[in-house]
Parts: sequence; C-alpha cells; structure tokens
Amino acid sequence: MELALAPETLARWQFGITTVYHFLFVPLTISLAALTAGLQTAWVRTEKEKYLRATKFWGKLFLINIAMGVVTGIVQEFQFGMNWSDYSRFVGDIFGAPLAFEALIAFFFESTFIGLWIFGWDKLPKKIHLACIWMVSIGTILSAYFILAANSWMQHPVGYRINKAKGRAELTDFWHVLTQNTALSQAFHTLSAAFLTGGAFMVGISAYHLSRKKHIREMKTSLRLGLITVVIAGMLTAVSGDVLGKVMFKQQPMKMAAAEALWDGQKPAPFSIFAYGDVEKGHNTVAIEIPGLLSFLANDDFTSYVPGINDVNKAEQQKFGPGDYRPNIPVAFWGFRWMIGFGMASFAIGLAGLWLTRKKFMLPQHLRVGDDEVPHLVLFRNQALGPQLTIWYWRIAIWTLAFPLIANSWGWIFTEMGRQPWVVYGVLQTRDAVSPGVSQGEVLTSMIVFTTLYAILAVVEVKLLAKYVKAGPPELTEADLNPPTKIGGDTRDADKPMAFSY
Amino acid sequence: MELHDVWFVLIAVLWTGYFFLEGFDFGVGILTKLLARNRPERRVLINTIGPVWDGNEVWLLTAGGATFAAFPDWYATLFSGFYLPLLVILVCLIVRGVAFEYRAKRPEENWQRNWEHAIFWTSLIPAFLWGVAFGNIVRGVKIDQHFEYVGTLGDLFNPYALLGGLVTLTLFTFHGAVFTALKTVGDIRLRARKLALWVGLVTAVLALVFLLWTQADNGDGKSLVALIVAVAALVAALVANQAGREGWSFALSGVTIVASVAMLFLSLFPNVMPSTLNGDWSLTVTNASSSPYTLKIMTWCAAIATPIVLLYQSWTYWVFRKRIGTQHIAPDAAAH
Repeated sequence: MELALAPETLARWQFGITTVYHFLFVPLTISLAALTAGLQTAWVRTEKEKYLRATKFWGKLFLINIAMGVVTGIVQEFQFGMNWSDYSRFVGDIFGAPLAFEALIAFFFESTFIGLWIFGWDKLPKKIHLACIWMVSIGTILSAYFILAANSWMQHPVGYRINKAKGRAELTDFWHVLTQNTALSQAFHTLSAAFLTGGAFMVGISAYHLSRKKHIREMKTSLRLGLITVVIAGMLTAVSGDVLGKVMFKQQPMKMAAAEALWDGQKPAPFSIFAYGDVEKGHNTVAIEIPGLLSFLANDDFTSYVPGINDVNKAEQQKFGPGDYRPNIPVAFWGFRWMIGFGMASFAIGLAGLWLTRKKFMLPQHLRVGDDEVPHLVLFRNQALGPQLTIWYWRIAIWTLAFPLIANSWGWIFTEMGRQPWVVYGVLQTRDAVSPGVSQGEVLTSMIVFTTLYAILAVVEVKLLAKYVKAGPPELTEADLNPPTKIGGDTRDADKPMAFSY
Repeated sequence: MELHDVWFVLIAVLWTGYFFLEGFDFGVGILTKLLARNRPERRVLINTIGPVWDGNEVWLLTAGGATFAAFPDWYATLFSGFYLPLLVILVCLIVRGVAFEYRAKRPEENWQRNWEHAIFWTSLIPAFLWGVAFGNIVRGVKIDQHFEYVGTLGDLFNPYALLGGLVTLTLFTFHGAVFTALKTVGDIRLRARKLALWVGLVTAVLALVFLLWTQADNGDGKSLVALIVAVAALVAALVANQAGREGWSFALSGVTIVASVAMLFLSLFPNVMPSTLNGDWSLTVTNASSSPYTLKIMTWCAAIATPIVLLYQSWTYWVFRKRIGTQHIAPDAAAH
C-alpha cells in the first residue's frame, strides 16, 4: 500500500484538518464570549446605548462563530473512536475522563446558557440575562481547560500506570493529570492566545468601520477594548509561551530541538532565525543565528547546554529501541516561527494602535476629538500621522485580525507534529493508535466528506460574517431599551412578537 | 452493584435523556415538512425548540464522553465499527446545528428554503439511524476476539435493526408532534394533535413488533415489565392527545421513550456489545470497563454535576414556557 494513503496517514490528515479548522472558531468563541459579556456589563451599569449596540453587534458575530465551533467540536469527540480505536482502548481510562468532565460540567453549561442568552432578551430581566452570557464565558473557559489537560497528558503523561494484563494505561492520580505544569502552562498559553485572537478580531473590524468613518461611537469603544485586549493578551501570550517552552525543553527536548533545527547539542546554543538543512544527513546548510539565545530560552541561562536532535534521537533509541524518533523538522522549525511571528506581529500592531489612539488628556488641544469623531493617529507629542500613513495603519489593523488565527493554527501544528512519532509521548506511537478494523476507503471517505463540508461551511460562514460586519451595530428598538422585569417575560401584551426568533 | 454496573445504568440514563430531549426536537424538525404549511408556521415550529436544541444535543456528547471514559472498549468498537453510519449522523448534526443558527440570518427566499430542507433531512436521518445503531447493539454484531467489528456495512442494515430505525423515527415524530401541540397556539396546535394521532398509531404498531422481537430474542422478566410500560404509556399518550390533555400526552410519550430505552439496555445487560460470532468475544460491563479508580472519580463527578444540569436545563424550559404562534414571529425578523 502506498504510504501516502496508508490509513494512519489519512487518519492523521483528517485529524489535522478537522482540528485546525475547529480551532479557528474556539479561540474566537472563548474571547468574544468574555468581551461581549464585558460590553453588556458596561451597558447594564452605565445604560449608555453605545454599549448595548456594541453588545448586539459583537454578540451577533460571536453567535455566527460559536455555531461553527459547536458543530465542529462534535466531530472531535467522536473521531477518537472512529479513526483511533486502539488509542481509545489504550488510553480511554485516563483520556476519557477529562472529555466526560468537559461535557458534563462545561458543555452543558455553555449550550444551555447560550440558548437562554440568544432568546432571553425579552424573557429575562436585564441582570439575569447578563449573567447568562457570563455563564457561557465561564463554560467556554472550563471546556478549554479540560481539553487542554487531556492534550497535556498526551504531551507529558503523568498520574498513570501501565496495566500489562489489560494492555492499557490506567489512571492513578486524576488531580495530577488536571494540575500538572504542562496542563497549567498550556492552558495559560492557549487562553491568552485566545484573547489575543478575539482582541485582534475586534481591532480589525473596528478599524474597518473607523477608516470609513462609520458607527464611530461604538467602534471607538470597541477599538479601545480590542487594543487593550491585544496588548495585555499579547504580553501574557509571550510570557506563557516562554514558560511553556521551558517546560517543553525538559519534557520533550526533541520537539524543542526540532523547533530550532539544532542538530547537535551546543553550549551555549544559538537561536536560529533562518535555517535550511539536510534532514537525511542531519545538519543545516544555511543558518542565521543569535548566539546564546536558545540556551536562555531553555534554561534562563545564556551559557547552558541544549541537546540537539541527533543527541535526543540517540537517547530515545537507547531507551525505546531502534527507530527514528525525529518529527518532521521543517514543519516544526517553520511552524514555531510562524506561530511566534504572526502572534507577535499582531501584538506589535496593537501596541502601536494603543499609543497612536491614546486618550485625550495625553494629547495637545488641537489633536483632541469629540465623541463622534474618528481619533487622530498621533505619533509624537504634536504630530499626527498624515492621511496616507493613517490609511495604511487602518489597513494593517484590518489584516491583523487574521494574524492570531494563523499563529494559533501553526502553534497546534507545531505542538502536535513536534511530538511525533509519539501520540502519547514515550508511551504510545501514532502508528499503534489507529483503528485496525477501519479500511483505507472508509477513512478516505470521511476525510473527503468532512473536508468538503468544512470548505462549504467556511464560505457560508465568512460571507455571513462579512454581511454582519458591514451592516454594523443595529438600531435599538423599544423592546431593547425596556427589558422585562419578570422571568419568562412581561405579560402586558401576550401577542407581542418575540424579540429574537430563528 | 459494582461501579461498572452503575456506569452501565448511567450511560443508559444519558442515552435516555438524549432520546427524550433530542427526540422531540428531531420530531419538530421532521414536522417542518409534515405539518407546517407555510414559512411562518415552519418558523413557529423551529422556534419552539430554538432555545433548547443545543442543550439537548449535549446529552449525546456526554453519552459519548462517558462511554469513552467508563467503557473505552465499547466506545472504540462501536464508533470504529459503525463508521459510515456514524459519519452520516455527524454530518447531519453539523449541518443541522448550522441550519438552525444561520437560517434566519439572511432574508433571501433561496437561502431560507435551503436551510429548511436541511433541517428536515438532518432531523429525519439521525432519528432513523440511531434506531438502526441501537438495534444492532442489542442484537449483536460480528465482533472478533480482539473486540474489532469484522462485519460489513450491509450487515448493519438487517431487518431487526431497520425496524428499530423505523421505531425511533416514528416515535420521535410522534414525540415532536405532541410537543408541538403543547408549545404552540392556533391552527397549528390543532393540526399537530391530529397528526400525532396517526403517527402515534403507526408508532404503536411498529414499536410493539420491535419490542416483542427484542423480548423474544434477549428478554427477561424485567425487560417484559419495561415493554408493558412502554406500550401502555404510548396508548395512554394517544388517549391523552385525543382528550386534548397536551401536557399529559407529552409526558406519556416521554415515558414511552424512557421505557423503550430501558428495555433495550435491560435486554443488553450484562453485555454492552454482544458478538454474534462467539459469546466469549462479547464486550461486557466487566471486560470493556475502565479501572475502578477512574469509575470512582467519574461517579463523583456525575453525582454532583447531573442534578445541577437537570436543574438549570429545567429552568430553561420554564423560562420559555409560553406557547408560540404565528403572531409571535415578527415579519421582519428575517433581518436578525
């Protein structure tokens, strides 16, 4: 059988496609839930209409996204059993528990309260309705945590023993699985990246409207909220990335050596900005490097030793028997760089935006603007950007909304492919994880079906998003401004149309 | 009762919850073509389940996750064995979720009609296939000594399983019709009652044959009791429907679902997936289950979380307790 079409290869492609696709929606859902909740809180507290209009606007985009996140999540839960039945048999005792916890604790929460929030505008008193979106937000974060704890166990298995008689791994310490440093640092990194994603999404769309001088009040507020989110989340993403990187240098030295295309151990080890290598011979032919930086990233010490790919490969061969324990080096190397590059680019553009649009009291009189005007982009104390540069900043800001999405995707591709050939690091190899009873044709069928369906839905989703982005925040109705005081809705007019209907 | 028995019961409870709740929203989806005469009526139907269908579907995800955690081998054999039917179900659930959320987001006639077709088919197909799947689980399939499914796709579509599919399809449609009668006002409510009668009669015949067949193959005293309860509740639901007691009718059609699922699981126990090739190769609550430690943790989680879930999901139904009619659907709501 052609290797390119081996069920294992197909199953991996399918997992990659469906997971990267699913994860386009996940970080947006996590962050937009919280940001929408924040805007709605501002409305409930201040009763300023711009907050309610902003809530409705971002809430709509959030709903278009979460619909996709929810439905593509269903596939995630079932494809372990479909394509990876030997994996499921081997690790189900451990891996199944966080998934079940996620469904029972987080997913019910999220799905029930999202229904209440969507349909509850004229059925719930203001504060209870607001509580619903916060519940959704808590649900999304809990959900992410359980899944990341499960993934962390694949990266660094803890709290288990191997039961030889049953031929499987068994859980011995669930608390350890949930709270090991891999899980904590992965959750920290993934959640801050999620907020970077949502912040950049807000910045991009606000920039789009502001550059056209439309919906200025709501979009100025949204721009500021987005920029602050991008800057704080960007910093946290960098810090947590460093923490996670150090954890990985200890737990999966191969992944990090691959990320750096560091073939042979060095003391001190350089960080390579660009490398082109020969995977067969195990060395780089071209490399541009910053001396000592990798040692620092690995161990907080510019002069320390960092093991290389060839060293780790030998060590793993001694430990686990003959074989090639190297992941796909170019994917790991470039994936790592695209992740950092796109993530930090959005952070830099956000930081620049926060400075350029700084608040009135930091500006001289002639550069201050009223509530209904687009802010000047003020570079120095007395100097605003010219019209040409202003247009360019808005344009770049619009494009920024895609950057964290690209960074997230590469981050996952890097972390999952960097762990290969293992599916559970040091415990189970990917080739031993596939479903033995599922044929090549079956996997190929499902891969084609999912890929086609996802492609069609992507077009539908993006078009719908674009329509609602262009439409801008909606006009408020009488009903919007007079929310009910009783649960179930006020009974004044029994035949009144619903505030929201499908 | 050992923990793996407890988890057998809990998995049965999760599937029961799923079929009870998603059962009526599949039914309502099917009624968008059988009952609704125009777009406002279709929208009334869709909006009766609008706030709740997503929460209902989580019962499936929880059943899946709990099976993975409590019976990894059951999860692995079932989902790798029933690969293509499951693929179809997943595709339906994906399209269905998107259809509900996106249908009203554009006003164009074409757009809305396409999503309405999607809602009908993606409700009908899983309603049928779940019955086929459970028919096969109870009847047993070709499983080898490594717990791998070795049958073909065609083997899954045997007469018993196909009958099971027709039972779930008609039962969910009936359940959806009595739900519609309970949740709507106006003409559609009366027509829902009429339709419920005919669908209910067909369901009663199919269900009786299927359950008796199950009883004859795998039944015991307990499953016989469940069978009697299921059939009696279905007849009572029909009587209540004729008497215009919509609350009772819905509750009783719910009892029919609960008792039918209970009967299937009772005739399954202590197997979880019997092998038709060799009795020793059957997956059972003992040989397919997780370690006692995992089951203990899961039991704690379920014991604490399930009542809370039931509490806030019930609260949702209470918040949206008002009946809906065409007058509640704003004509310009298409712009939402």
